[in-house]
Amino acid sequence: MTKHTLVALVEDKPGVLNRVASLIRRRNFNIESIAVGHSELPGLSRMTIVVDGATTAVEQVRKQLEKLIEVVKLTDITGEGIVARELALIKVHATSSTRSEIIQIVDIFKAKIVDVGIDSLIVEATGDDAKIDSLYSLLRKFGIKELARTGRIALQREGSGVE
Amino acid sequence: MKLNGAQILCECLVREGVEVIFGFPGGSVLGLYDVLPQYPQLRHILVRHEQGAAHAADAYARVTGKVGVCIATSGPGACNLVTGIANAHLDSSPVVAITGQVARPFIGKDAFQEVDITGITVPITKHSYLVLKADEMATVVREAFHIASTGRPGPVLLDIPRDVFIEEANFTYPEKVELPGYRPTIKGHPAQIKKAAKTINESKKPVILAGRGVLISDAHKELLELAEKAHIPVITTLLGISSFPEDHDLSLGMLGMHGMAYANLAVDASDLLIAIGMRFDDRATGKVSGFAPNAQIIHIDVDPAEIGKNVHVNVPIVGEVKNVLRVLNKAVESQERRDWLAQVRKWRKEHASDVIRQTSKLIPQYVVSQICEVTGGDAIVCTGVGQNQMWAALHFCYRKPNSLVSSGGLGTMGFELPAAMGAKVGRPDETVWAIAGDGGIQMTIQELATLVQDNIAVKIAILNNGFLGMVRQWQELFYERRYVATPLTSPDFVKVAGAYGIPAARVTTKAQVTPAIKKAMKHDGPYLIDFRVEPEENVYPMVAPGSTLAQIIEDPNKKVVPKAKPKETSNL
Repeated sequence: MTKHTLVALVEDKPGVLNRVASLIRRRNFNIESIAVGHSELPGLSRMTIVVDGATTAVEQVRKQLEKLIEVVKLTDITGEGIVARELALIKVHATSSTRSEIIQIVDIFKAKIVDVGIDSLIVEATGDDAKIDSLYSLLRKFGIKELARTGRIALQREGSGVE
Repeated sequence: MKLNGAQILCECLVREGVEVIFGFPGGSVLGLYDVLPQYPQLRHILVRHEQGAAHAADAYARVTGKVGVCIATSGPGACNLVTGIANAHLDSSPVVAITGQVARPFIGKDAFQEVDITGITVPITKHSYLVLKADEMATVVREAFHIASTGRPGPVLLDIPRDVFIEEANFTYPEKVELPGYRPTIKGHPAQIKKAAKTINESKKPVILAGRGVLISDAHKELLELAEKAHIPVITTLLGISSFPEDHDLSLGMLGMHGMAYANLAVDASDLLIAIGMRFDDRATGKVSGFAPNAQIIHIDVDPAEIGKNVHVNVPIVGEVKNVLRVLNKAVESQERRDWLAQVRKWRKEHASDVIRQTSKLIPQYVVSQICEVTGGDAIVCTGVGQNQMWAALHFCYRKPNSLVSSGGLGTMGFELPAAMGAKVGRPDETVWAIAGDGGIQMTIQELATLVQDNIAVKIAILNNGFLGMVRQWQELFYERRYVATPLTSPDFVKVAGAYGIPAARVTTKAQVTPAIKKAMKHDGPYLIDFRVEPEENVYPMVAPGSTLAQIIEDPNKKVVPKAKPKETSNL
C-alpha cells in the first residue's frame, strides 16, 4: 500500500487551511485527500492528509508541513495500528425494478439509505476506503448521479481493535 | 498604558532593537507615519519604490545580523514589496515587512487600494499576520521578530488595517513568545556529530561546502578551525562567499555553474562532502544525478526539510551550524592529507579560473579586480544579477564575513542599488560598492535619489556592455548567437547621476579604470562610474545546463598571467 496517512495538529486560526493547501500546490505534492475538524484540544484542529507515496516524496511532505508555524505536531501514522474511516454519500439512479437489488447491496455493506426519490436514492456509507471503493464500484452499474466523500480520518489504535 | 495600534507597533519595534526602517507612505499607513516622530530611535529612510525598501531591509539584515524592517501602504505599495519579500525568503534573510491594509469593514470588498497581500505572500513568507485588533499588536510583533530571526531566518509580513493603527488598546510587552508549532533545533544530535567526525577522519578526499548558513550562524571562526585542524579544502556556494577567507591556502572559491574549475573538479573527485549551511541548489550541483558521484555526504543545516531534499545524505545533522561545528571540531582529528591537497593545488594551477586574461581591451573582469585592488578587499560588494554578479563573485577577494551581498536564490535584477543602500546604512563605516549591469541598474535606479536625500555614500560601478549580458551569453552558446531582446540602449548614466546630484565619471579605456576608482573612493558621498566594457565577454568557467560539474567549459581565449596579490588586511 503506497498511501501514507499523515495526521497534523494545527492551530485553529484563520488562513491555516490556505497555508497548507498553498504549500501542497507549490511543492507539487500529490495529495489524495484532506479532512480537517476540531480536535480534543481547545484551539487545535486535527488534519488528516492522505498522500500517494508512489508519486510523491512523503518525507518532504512531512518536513515541509512541519515547518509551518501553525502546524504544532505532525505524524505519519501509516501502518497496521490505525483506525481509518471515511463517510460517503452516494446518489444512485434507482427505478422500481432496480431498487431492491440496490437495497440488498446496501444491506450487505451495512450502509444506510437516507433518501428515496422517484428515480434515485441516497446511500450513506462509513468505512475504510477499501469498503467505500467496493460499494461504489458495485453501485456504478446502476448509474451514479452524485458522489460526495469526506476523505479519510484516522486515529492510532491503543487496544487490539474491535473491527 | 493606553496607546493606539501605531504607537504600540513603534514601542515594540524599539524594544526589538530596530534602528532603521525603509519605507514609503500612503493612505493606509498614515496613522503609523503620524506617530513615527514620537520615536526618534526609529530612523525612517524614504525610498523611491517599495521594492527598494524591501531590498534595502534585506541587505541591512545580511550585513548587521539584525532584522530588517520595511513599510509600505496597501494595494500597490504592498504589491511592490513582493519581489523583495520573495528575494528575502529564498536567501533566508530576516525581514519584517509591514503593510497597511484597508479599514476592517472594507476588507474583502475590493476597496480602494485593497489587495489580499497576506494571501499573495503565503508562498514567499516564513509567516504572516493580519492584525485585526490593536490589543493583538504587541504579541504579533514579538512573534514576528522571533520567527524572522531564529531557526532558518525569513521574511514575516504584518498586514495592519488602517483603523487598527488608530484603535486604542492597553500596551503590555509580552515577556515570552508562545509558539507551540515552532521549535527550531538548536543543537545537533551528539551521536550524529560523532558519526560525522568518524566519517571525516576516515575520508581520504574530503571537501567542505560552505553556504550562507555559516554566515547566518556567525560560524566563520568555527569553519576556519575545522578546515585548518583537519586540513580540508573549503569550497563555497555563491551565498557562502566570504564565510572563508579567499586568500587562505585551503580556499578553493566558489563551485557550480560559474564556479572555479578547480572547485568543481575537487567536488567531482571527492569521497566526502561536508555540506554546512547550504542547500544543494541546482546552480551549485549541476546535473544532480552526476553530482559528486564518489562522495558520501554529511549535511549540517538548521532546516530539516533541506536535508535529503535534493541529494541523498549519509550523515544528516540538524542544528545551528555554530553549535554543531563547536562539538564536531573537538572530535575531528588533525590529518595532513598531503596527497589530496597536492592534487587540489595542481588543479588550481592548471585551471586558473580566477586569473584574468591579459588584454589591452577594457574587460569587466578587470574592473572588478581593480575595485578589489584599490580597496584592498576591505569593502562590502553588493551585486546585481547576471554576468556582473558572476564576475563580482569570481574576481573580488573576499576575506571578511558578510562582504558579499547578492541575490542568489531569486536572482533579482535591480537588487544592487537598494542593497548597497541598505548595507551602507547598516555598516556606515565600511566602504560599500554596488556592482551592476546596465540592465539591472535601470530597474531600481530611482533609489539614487534616496542616496542623495539621506546622504548614503555608496559607490556604484556599472559594467556597461550594451546587453543583457547573461542572457546574451546563453544566446551565444546555446541559441547560435540569435540575440533576441538582449541588445540594450541605456541613457548616459553620468548625466543621469548628475541629474540626481551625484558626481560621476565615464571610463572607456583600461588605463582610466584604476584612477576612476581611486577618485570615487576619495569622494565623500555617493559616486557613480559608467565603465564602457567589451560588449561580448562571457563568464567562464561555465557548466552548461544539464551538464555535471566535471563538464566544465573554460575560457578559450585565456593566456595565463599570474594574479597580483591584494594587500593584507589586519583582521578577519
